[in-house]
Amino acid sequence: MAPSLPPIRPEDEAVAAKLRPHGAFDPTGVEPHLAARFDYLLRLGDDSLILGQRLSEWTGHGPVLEVDLSLANLSLDLIGQATHLLEEAGAAEGQGRDGDALAFHRDVLDFRNCLLVEQPNGDFARTIARHLLFSSWQHMLFERLTHSSDQFLREFAAKAVKEVAYHRELSAEWTIRLGDGTEESAKRMADGLDWNWRFVPELFEVDETIAALAERGVAVDPHSFEEEYRSAIAAVLADAQLALPADQRAILGGRRGHHSEHLGHLLAPMQYLPRTYPQAVW
Amino acid sequence: MSHEWPLWEVFVRSKGGLAHRHVGSVHAPDAELALRHARDTYTRRQEGVSLWVVPSAEIVASDPEQAGELFEPAADKIYRHPTFYDIPDEVKHI
Repeated sequence: MAPSLPPIRPEDEAVAAKLRPHGAFDPTGVEPHLAARFDYLLRLGDDSLILGQRLSEWTGHGPVLEVDLSLANLSLDLIGQATHLLEEAGAAEGQGRDGDALAFHRDVLDFRNCLLVEQPNGDFARTIARHLLFSSWQHMLFERLTHSSDQFLREFAAKAVKEVAYHRELSAEWTIRLGDGTEESAKRMADGLDWNWRFVPELFEVDETIAALAERGVAVDPHSFEEEYRSAIAAVLADAQLALPADQRAILGGRRGHHSEHLGHLLAPMQYLPRTYPQAVW
Repeated sequence: MSHEWPLWEVFVRSKGGLAHRHVGSVHAPDAELALRHARDTYTRRQEGVSLWVVPSAEIVASDPEQAGELFEPAADKIYRHPTFYDIPDEVKHI
């Protein structure tokens, strides 16, 4: 059968030239950039979502009522951040998925969070250790994202950086009190840091997504604050009378969807309701 | 654990210009964390712009047993209220 394509009109040529100024077979230069932006928004959004969900597991189980509330507040801040980031990711993807679809209808392999945030809470000291390591990194990142060339990230970071500054201070205060507390609290704090330490190198990994976006001023190259991060953590641990943990074999892969076994167990209760009752509303 | 922590009274200023008002109390091991606990417990819904915490043990309170002698004598001294006095019409600003 003869092809039945309509003839190409001059106005179509004009549209095509505008969309692909270098011709149909040249890379547009736009699409890889947009794909990287989607990936980056997912990473940031998933970090906040998964850590927020993890911390919410403390609700009703905190060592005292006041700490229970503190941890719930951190959790709510993070879930708020995830809402903004995943909504924007959905818009960037342009496939009709909104923030809820991305949060509740993706499987483990599609999550892009770092491995640190999905680690189990353990005891209170281990939770604080994880939060110190993560929120110090997130704070330094968001401070720099307030200068991003991307308007959404700039505005998002300007708001979130204040929340995260509080997270960082709170976890530093608790690290110091536990580390410089009793023999048992110091041991638990040291154990908590030791457990989480191997997941820190992943925070400073630079791959194609980060490199491509950092070049455009959209993302931040984490190497630019790695030194500052190390010395900030060292300063808190010195105040806490704790030694810096010994470096261990780094574990990477979260940004590519290679997660620990813990993430699936976190997602199951989180996603159960919207998947079982897709029409459920508040 | 909270039984070993001292109690702190929490005061919140709801907006600039208003006085700090007592809202409740928190347990905390020290003053710094008392402020954090107060922030997380009492200002989660934009209730305040400033916080005070005071060790509950430092508050000197009147004895409820003495309420009669302390407060009742004021009950029949209505001339202590400005509304007791008639203001002449010529006085515009008072």
